[in-house]
Amino acid sequence: MKRKARLMQGNEACVEGAIAAGMRFFAGYPITPSTEIAELSSEKLPCVGGKFIQMEDEIASMAAIIGASLTGLKSMTATSGPGFSLKQENLGYAGITEVPCVVVNVQRGGPSTGLPTSPAQGEIMQARWGTHGDHPVIALTPSSVRETFDLTIRAFNLSEKYRIPVILLMDEVIGHMRERVELPDTSELEIIDRKRPAGNKEDYKAYKADEDLIPPMANFGEGYRYHVTGLVHDETGFPSNSSVVADKLVRRLADKIEMHKDDIIQWEEQNTEDADIVIVSIGGVSRAADTAMKMLRSKGLKVGTFRPITVWPFPEKRLEELAEKVNTFVVAEMNLGQMVLEVERIIKNKAKIERVNKVNGEAIYPEEIVTKIEEVL
Amino acid sequence: MPSAVVDKFFRTNKLPQIWCPGCGHGIITRAITVAVEKLGFDRDKICVVSGIGCSSRATGYLDFDTLHTTHGRALPFATGVKLANPDMKVIVITGDGDCTAIGGNHLIHACRRNIGITTIVFNNNIYGMTGGQYSPTTPKFDKGTTAPYGNIDKAFDISNLAASAGATYVGRSTAYHTNLLISLIENGLKNDGFSLIEAISSCPTYYGRKNKKGDAVNMLEWQKDHAVNISAASKMTPESLEGKFLIGEFKNSPEPEYTSEYQKIIDRFNKE
Ligand SMILES: Cc1ncc(C[n+]2csc(CCOP(=O)(O)OP(=O)(O)O)c2C)c(N)n1
Ligand code: SF4
Repeated sequence: MKRKARLMQGNEACVEGAIAAGMRFFAGYPITPSTEIAELSSEKLPCVGGKFIQMEDEIASMAAIIGASLTGLKSMTATSGPGFSLKQENLGYAGITEVPCVVVNVQRGGPSTGLPTSPAQGEIMQARWGTHGDHPVIALTPSSVRETFDLTIRAFNLSEKYRIPVILLMDEVIGHMRERVELPDTSELEIIDRKRPAGNKEDYKAYKADEDLIPPMANFGEGYRYHVTGLVHDETGFPSNSSVVADKLVRRLADKIEMHKDDIIQWEEQNTEDADIVIVSIGGVSRAADTAMKMLRSKGLKVGTFRPITVWPFPEKRLEELAEKVNTFVVAEMNLGQMVLEVERIIKNKAKIERVNKVNGEAIYPEEIVTKIEEVL
Repeated sequence: MPSAVVDKFFRTNKLPQIWCPGCGHGIITRAITVAVEKLGFDRDKICVVSGIGCSSRATGYLDFDTLHTTHGRALPFATGVKLANPDMKVIVITGDGDCTAIGGNHLIHACRRNIGITTIVFNNNIYGMTGGQYSPTTPKFDKGTTAPYGNIDKAFDISNLAASAGATYVGRSTAYHTNLLISLIENGLKNDGFSLIEAISSCPTYYGRKNKKGDAVNMLEWQKDHAVNISAASKMTPESLEGKFLIGEFKNSPEPEYTSEYQKIIDRFNKE
């Protein structure tokens, strides 16, 4: 079958990917630069029998997608900066109650209202630790329009498979960039649905995990009549004050992701085989990193790139391996140094670490990375 | 309180509840189950959603699909459930603080949308769960642990607020007037759109003690003596209504419900 290539924005690819993944519910509140995701969802969802609702704020949007997901609909919300802050409490709720959903954050300049129309990557740490308490996180960082499509599908798949809210951490560069893309046919896509309970409804224990640490999930309205609470709960789903139960739950939630890290973690690397220098970046910055690498290679420097696709969990093992051979890692990010903290934690003293940071509302240009590398050589 | 509805609709293995002896919340929770029983709804299609507070703990004891959410947010969670699956009867249980302080914005928007949710506000005029701080419905000059010199805020009239924000069915009753309460909840559940039933509860532990209202029985007697049915009130003089509050059906004006309006949009694309 011949497919037409289309000129498309990152935000649009996100909606296309979501619908292809089976999204049938979207709740949101407008905010630049993510608004197109809400607009396109409102247009496309009714055509496939899905639902869109514009809620009164981001707290409500996050709540609504959790409620919708509990009835069995794949659900998503999208926001930026200030709205992502508002989502945090209920993001944690989705975590402890293990309700699959996808939360898109198209990062813009912060803090606060900051620079509404400018790119930034200031929420790498917020994505990891923004909601209170110990909790695992999956956050995906696309660096092209086509990859936004693919990773939105992956976000749904991972959230359904592991019963965890998945963050699609975009940035304004990717959200608003237009590229010509050819989308795959839906028949070529791998779509994962949540694991369903087997056996008697009366015997269903909503939070009794299987050996993979994931509990099968019943939908509301099917007669299981179960309880969902953000309080610490036992296998039956009811609140408990037992220290044993609390310890078991919080650890299982963390272990559930830890156990499946190899299935979750993704990264991309280029020219690392012989590299002395490796540029580490995500999202929009990776495009500049690619160009910088090519510019430096043409000058005879052995430069490679390393791009986490899951910024959380971070591709720790691979970075550690690379640190055995690489002299210098240059971490380029549109913030004052967030991902670099993770890189430093992993690499320790095994290699030199340099930073390229930018917070003025402009994207990082390849020349800036080149200059930095030439400086430190 | 052993009874047929308790056996049928309560998760009896989770009883006794965490509520203090004499708390009005138990009576109101039971009234909800009586109304559900009378209507004969399919219990597998009922979802009860609550926020955080003593009142919101009720969901844990009710044998339906139950969702105990975050403080103030029961309505947006319930909105997601209802819009995603309009076949479900969605009931929200919330407190005066949960519903009108932290959740106040959600309340007015749920009313405005006229989405098919029946909300029962357990109004005990105080924050019970956190130990007796004043709430948006604490009467002026009454005391709370954060109003040691008397509350200088003006109180919300929740029923009026809901009616003017667009709820299509609104009524108020008390833990004392259970028959009225049951019939209001029943009518609220029959309304396709957004219904709000304000159930005046009592918190002898904090509100009662702080404000010298006596024990649980005294507080229920106070409800009996100070509530005036709206049908009787029209025949009373303003002087005789002084210090009283109204109960009864305040609004019953059905309008198109949100999720059925949304379905019409979907149907445009199904036509072929
Ligand atoms: C975001 C957040 N803020 C504050 C609290 C603490 N808190 C728990 S319950 C409650 C008040 C509950 O009062 P109300 O809704 O009137 O219910 P009641 O306990 O009186 O039945 C508060 C402030 C919380 N759980 N979450
Ligand atoms: S503190 Fe008040 S509202 Fe809470 S259970 Fe006790 S009496 Fe009821």
